[in-house]
Amino acid sequence: MFRFLVRRILGAVITLFIISAITFMLFYAVPRDPARMACGKLCTPETLQLIRHNMGIDEALPVQYWHWITGIFLGREYPGFGHCNAPCLGYSFVNREPVLSTIADRFPTTVSLALGSAVVFLIFGIGTGMLAAVKQGKALDKIASSASLVASSMQIYFVGPLALYFLVYQFHILDQPSYNSFLGDPLSWANGLLVPWLVLALIWTANYTRMTRSQLVETLTEDYVRTARAKGMSRRNVFFRFAWRGAMAPIVTIFGIDLGTLLGGAMITEYTFSLQGIGLLSVKSVQTNDLPMLLGIMVITSSFVVIANIIVDAVYGLIDPRIRLA
Amino acid sequence: MTSTDQQPFLSVKDLKVHFSTEDGVVKAVDGLSFDLMRGKTLGIVGESGSGKSVTNLTILGLHNPDSTAVEGSIELDGQELNGAPEKTLEHLRGNKMAMIFQDALASLSPYHTIGAQIGEVYRKHKGASKKEARERAIEMLRRVGIPQPESRVDNYPHEFSGGMRQRAMIAMALVCDPELLIADEPTTALDVTVQAQIMDLLKDLQREFGTAIIFITHDLGVIADIADEVLVMYGGRCVERGTKKEVLRSPQHPYTWGLLASMPSLDGPVDVPLNPIPGSPPSLLNPPSGCRFHPRCAFAEKVGGNRCATESPVLEITDGRGSACHLTDEQRTEHLADLTAAKHH
Amino acid sequence: MSSTTPLLDVSGLTKHFPIKGGFPIRRTVGAVQAVDGLDFQVAEGESLGLVGESGCGKSTTGRLITRLLEPTAGKVSYRGQDITHANRKELAPIRSEIQMIFQDPYASLNPRHTVGKIISGPMEINNVNPAGGRENRVRELLEIVGLNPEHYNRFPHEFSGGQRQRIGVARALALQPKLIVADEPVSALDVSIQAQVVNLLQKVQKELGIAFVFIAHDLAIVRHFSQRVAVMYLGKIVEIADREDLYDNPRHPYTRALLSAVPEATVDAEPRERIRLVGDVPSPINPPSGCRFRTRCWKATEKCATEAPPLVQADGNKPGHLTACHYPEVRDTVPAPRLSKDPEAAA
Repeated sequence: MFRFLVRRILGAVITLFIISAITFMLFYAVPRDPARMACGKLCTPETLQLIRHNMGIDEALPVQYWHWITGIFLGREYPGFGHCNAPCLGYSFVNREPVLSTIADRFPTTVSLALGSAVVFLIFGIGTGMLAAVKQGKALDKIASSASLVASSMQIYFVGPLALYFLVYQFHILDQPSYNSFLGDPLSWANGLLVPWLVLALIWTANYTRMTRSQLVETLTEDYVRTARAKGMSRRNVFFRFAWRGAMAPIVTIFGIDLGTLLGGAMITEYTFSLQGIGLLSVKSVQTNDLPMLLGIMVITSSFVVIANIIVDAVYGLIDPRIRLA
Repeated sequence: MTSTDQQPFLSVKDLKVHFSTEDGVVKAVDGLSFDLMRGKTLGIVGESGSGKSVTNLTILGLHNPDSTAVEGSIELDGQELNGAPEKTLEHLRGNKMAMIFQDALASLSPYHTIGAQIGEVYRKHKGASKKEARERAIEMLRRVGIPQPESRVDNYPHEFSGGMRQRAMIAMALVCDPELLIADEPTTALDVTVQAQIMDLLKDLQREFGTAIIFITHDLGVIADIADEVLVMYGGRCVERGTKKEVLRSPQHPYTWGLLASMPSLDGPVDVPLNPIPGSPPSLLNPPSGCRFHPRCAFAEKVGGNRCATESPVLEITDGRGSACHLTDEQRTEHLADLTAAKHH
Repeated sequence: MSSTTPLLDVSGLTKHFPIKGGFPIRRTVGAVQAVDGLDFQVAEGESLGLVGESGCGKSTTGRLITRLLEPTAGKVSYRGQDITHANRKELAPIRSEIQMIFQDPYASLNPRHTVGKIISGPMEINNVNPAGGRENRVRELLEIVGLNPEHYNRFPHEFSGGQRQRIGVARALALQPKLIVADEPVSALDVSIQAQVVNLLQKVQKELGIAFVFIAHDLAIVRHFSQRVAVMYLGKIVEIADREDLYDNPRHPYTRALLSAVPEATVDAEPRERIRLVGDVPSPINPPSGCRFRTRCWKATEKCATEAPPLVQADGNKPGHLTACHYPEVRDTVPAPRLSKDPEAAA
C-alpha cells in the first residue's frame, strides 16, 4: 500500500505538471493581451510595457512558466501589485487578488454542493438499485427502471427552476438557496443547500440506480453466488455478503470520477441557484478573460480528479483482493 | 438416522423441470427417476443440454422459483424436498446435502478467504464460534491434502492452484459431514494428473464417511473409475440405467453405443476414422417427437416404420437395469456381438 | 519424405514473458519462462501432437510458430526460411501457408459477419482470387468441412458448437495452407461432436496433405490424430517419439505418470498401473534447477537437481525417440511405485 501510494502520488505530481504546462501554453498563446485590455483606450506603448512588467507577462513564455511554478512553492513578487504568498497560483488582474484566495473563498460552496448531493444520490441511487435488483422483473423493478430513465434524461436548467418555483416560491416548503458557512450555523447551511442538493442529486440518482441494478443483476448470476446458496446461506446473506461485494467495485470507480468532476464545480447548478462556487467563477473568468484565474481553477480541479483516481484505485484494492497494489 | 440401509437415501420419482423463457418452455428434465443408496456413487452421464446439471440444482432447490416449474418427488432420507419451504432447504444445503462445481475459481468468492468461506458453512449449520470454525476449516484443508493448512486458510482463491481450489471446494462441501454429495463435473477443468488426485480423494472420503455421491460427467472414463451405478441422460430423459459393469460392458441404448464409439482409447486402432454420432444434441425448447434420440440414431430404421419418431420408448427398469429403446433384446444382442467380433478382428 | 528440409524446423525456441516490478521505478524483475529451448521438426503432411498439462507452454509454442508471439530466443524455420523475426512484409507469403484453429468456437468467430465473410476473410486480407471467384471457393470449403453450402449467408450464432468449429476449419483451409496449428480444437465440444471434428481434421490431413501441430491435453485424441507426439512439462519437451513408441514404451517418468492417469471407459481390462503424482506443477517463474520434473519424480537424485538432462535418444530407444531423463524408465519393469514420500503429509 505504501509503495502504491508513493508511486501514484509521484505519478500524479508529474501529471499535474504536464497539465499545467499545456494549459499555460494554450492560455498564453491565444491572441489576447490582458495588458492591452487593462491599458484602456488611451494606451501608449510605454504604459503598455509598464503594465506588462507589473503583471509579470513581459518575459518569454518558458520564463513566465518558471515564475509561475516557483511561485507555487516560494511565493512571488508582482511589481505592480505586491507580494503573493506561497503557494501562489498567480494573480488575478480582474479582481486584483491572488488567484488562490479567490478560489479558496468559493471552494466551500462547491464542496458543500458536491458532497451534499453525493450523499443524497448515493443513498437513493444505490438503495433503489438494490431494491430493483432484488425484485428483478417485478413491478417495483419496472417502475424504478422507467423512473430512472425519465430522471436521467432531465436537465438541471429544467428541473432547477421548476423546483425553485414549486418548493420555494409557491408553497414555501424549503428555503431559498443560499450558501451559509457550515462552521457558523450547520442548520442554515443545510437549509440553504437543500433544493440544489435535491435537484443535482435527482439526475445522478438515476444513473446510480441503473448502474447498481445492472451490476447486482450481473453478480447475482455469478457461480460463487450459486455456491453460497448451495452452502445453505440465506438469500439475504448471499445478497449482502457476496453479490453486493462484487457489485461495489465498479460503483466505487464511477463514483470517484463523478466526485472529482463535481468538485470541479457544477456550473449549471450554481448558475441556476446563484451559488458562488467554482463553476460560476470559471464562467465569469472566461467572460472577463481572467487567464490566471482560469489556469488556477484548471490546476485545482484537475488535482481533484487525479486525487480521486488514486483514492478509487486504493479502495478498489481493498475491495478486491485480486488487485495487487504496487 | 431413522431409515434402514435397505431404503434408498435419495429417491427421485418422475422429476420434471420446465423453465419458461422468452422463446417458450424448455423441458430441461422430463420424467426422471432414480434411487441412490448411502455410501454409493451414481454417475450421471450426458452431454450439454441433457438435463444432468439442472436435475442436481433442482435437488438442492437452487432453481429460480419464478420461472421454473418442478413436478415429481425428490425424497431425501424420507423427507420430501420438492415444495419444501425455503428455510428447510437452507438448513439441509451445505449440511445434509452439499454440492461441488466444475469451475472452482468462479465458484469460490474472490472477495473472501478460503478459511472464511469454509468456516461460514460450519458456523451457519453447527452454530460454531468464529474460532472453532477456523480450526475446523484448517482441519478440513488438511484432510483434503492442502499443504500448510494453517497459513493457507487465510489465502484467497486466486492464490491457490487449480487443483488446490478444487480441494478447497471439496473441503467446503464436506465441512458439515453431508450424507449426500453432488459433484457436477468436478474434474472436467483439471489436468489428468490432478483429476486422478481428486478422484482418489473423493473415493477415500466416501470410504471414510459413507457419503452418497452423485457424480455428473460427460466422460465415460471417469465413470468407469468412480461410479457404482450409471444413469445415461439424453435430452432431459434417462435413456439407460444400470451398474457400471452392465452399462460399460453391455450397453443397451444406441446413444450409449454412440458415446463409447466416439471416444478414442489409449490402445485402439489409430488410422481409422472414429464413429461419431451424427448431428448435434437436441434443443429442449422444441425437442424431437417420440424418442428424442431418433434423429441421430442409426437404428431407427431397424425398429421399422415410424415408431421411433412417433412413440416415446418407455424406460423399464428391472433390478436397477434397463433402457428406453424400441430395439428388441435380440437386435441388441446382435449388435453387441457384431461389436465384439469387430474388436477381435 | 522426399525433401530433406523439414516443413517446420524449430530450434532452441524460447519465450520468456517479463514480470514488471521494483520500486520506486518499475523494471523487469523476472520472467515467466513459458517456453524454454524447444527443438522439434514437422515434416510435410505430418501431424505432431503437443501434449502436456496447463501451464506447460504448449499453447505459447503454437503462438510462437504462427508468429502471433515473438520468440525471446531460438529459431523458427519454415521450408528452410528463417521466420523467427521476419517482419509483416516478409511474413505475408508464409502467413497464408500457416493457419491456426482455436479452441473456442464461440469466441473465435466474429458474430457480426456471415459465414461467407468469415471464411473468405483470409482470402481478402491476402488478396487471393481463386479461379471461379471467392464465393465459389467458400461454398467448396463448406462442402469439404461437411456444412451445407447454402449456409453461406448465415451467422455464427445459427450454428451449434461443432458446426462452428467446422467453420473455423473451413477458414483455416481457405488459403490452402501447408501447416495448421490447432490449439485444443475439440476440447470445448461434446464427446459425440469431438469425434466428428477429429474425423474431419483427419480427412483434411490425409486428403489435402496438410501438416498439423495438434495441441491438446487429451492423450487419447492426440494418439488417434498424431503420428508423432511431444510431451511438454514446464516449458520443455521431456519426450518426443512416434506415437507407438511413446504410448507403448514411455521412457520419461512424467510421460508414464501422465498416461497412467488417463481414465479409460472400460471395466474389463486388467487394472492398469496407477502412478499418482503429488503436489502441483511448480511455478514457471522460478522453475526447479536441473530437471524441471524432479520435484515430483520418484526417481530424482542429486544429479537431477544439478544437471538438466538433455533430450537425447536414450539407451534402448528407437531412432527418433528422444527422452530428457537421467534415469529413463524401462518397459515391463516393476510399475513405478506410488510415491511413498508424501511431502504434503510431512508438511
